[in-house]
Amino acid sequence: MPDFGFSIKTARTENLDKVSLEKYRELLRKVPSFKRCFQCGCCSATCSAQQYTNFNIRKVHTSFRRGEYNLLSEELKKCMLCGKCTLLCPRGVNLRSLIMNMRQLLEEPVK
Amino acid sequence: MKKVSIIGAGPAGIEAASVLAKHGISVMLFEKSSSPLNNIMDKAYLFPNFQSAMEIADDLSGRLLNDKITLVPDTEIVDVKWQGTDWKLFDAKGQTYVSDVVLIATGYQVFDAKRKEELGYGIYKGVITSLEMEKMIKYNQILNVSGDIPKRIAFLQCVGSRDEKSGNHYCSKVCCVTAVKQAIEIKKMIPTVDISIFYMDLRMWGQGFEEMYRKAQEEYGINFVRGRISEAAATFDSRVQLKSEDTLMGVPLKMTADLLVLMVGMEPSAGTRNIASRCEICGDYGFVKTISPHLYDSETGKPGLFAAGTCKRPNCIEDTVNDARSAAYAIMEYLNTL
Repeated sequence: MPDFGFSIKTARTENLDKVSLEKYRELLRKVPSFKRCFQCGCCSATCSAQQYTNFNIRKVHTSFRRGEYNLLSEELKKCMLCGKCTLLCPRGVNLRSLIMNMRQLLEEPVK
Repeated sequence: MKKVSIIGAGPAGIEAASVLAKHGISVMLFEKSSSPLNNIMDKAYLFPNFQSAMEIADDLSGRLLNDKITLVPDTEIVDVKWQGTDWKLFDAKGQTYVSDVVLIATGYQVFDAKRKEELGYGIYKGVITSLEMEKMIKYNQILNVSGDIPKRIAFLQCVGSRDEKSGNHYCSKVCCVTAVKQAIEIKKMIPTVDISIFYMDLRMWGQGFEEMYRKAQEEYGINFVRGRISEAAATFDSRVQLKSEDTLMGVPLKMTADLLVLMVGMEPSAGTRNIASRCEICGDYGFVKTISPHLYDSETGKPGLFAAGTCKRPNCIEDTVNDARSAAYAIMEYLNTL
């Protein structure tokens, strides 16, 4: 659905009792290095797509971590897979693989 | 007469030598450079009480004035071997020494910031290490690349610590508080300067540290930005442009500073790495491994071979000196069993 910039407000609380973390767990199985992320923001700071769009890779993978998958596939289209984030990540997270796997998992229906 | 050899005349080596000497034990204290306490001599003031580093160095040096202590400068011990009943030490010039006990106090060296190429150390003059900033503070010469008083200084934490790419997974323990200390000192000297500290987590673990952090915010107006600087580059006027994410706001951040101070972590010194591997007591990252960090932290598991201070892990002076005293007592207990 196109985003017109206004909507009926939904609850803004992150309800950790209700989310399904199945996809996140699958993501960790596929990209175990993601477990090491300590939210330093190097990936999002160096991101090429970030310079031209409001794409924030750290927010995207953190949303995924919390089981908030809404709109993430649209967001992930902004990534050009240049790999700068992967080069810089101080925790050695394989971000390119993470992004490809997030894209794939988001296409599959929620279990 | 029982003899103890200590390798390294830093705070750990000197304190252990002093305790042993006070109990009548003869100590040979080997130092690879021409004078003791080189790491402390680089410092201006020490956290958390801003005591002058020279004062501490003088106090420690004074403890060497004991007939039982023989300081052997310009002597680098390159190997030690157990000979069944005692230890044989070999120096770089080929001389040997025999001793009942060896205490390893070979200490640390700072991380080589050139290894983090994206931060531009060694490429851009405005990028300096915390050690260089400490010297600027010590000699009251805080200047930017053009020789003027800086208007803005940025600090970056965890350079070479908690870092997969440089192979150092550990936290260097002292950098968080050191950045806060240096920022306060700079503010005292140049009240107009704008200071930002880029951090991922602020670990104010010691007594008085949290209060220093609070003071830095309340009295000195130091900014704390949660995010790691991903890249640094020079501007046309030799300042440094930084890129980071303000992770609390979730937006990219740009900033130009006169100086970028990289808080370099502690790594085992070359001497520590060498002795640890030769004695087969090499722990993680090349530090010396002891039997257990709880109750047997001076003992290496080899007869008469002990370790103290930052050859085991990153540490502050206070804990290093206490650790050296524990090692001295462990050595005395061992000597009583001989």
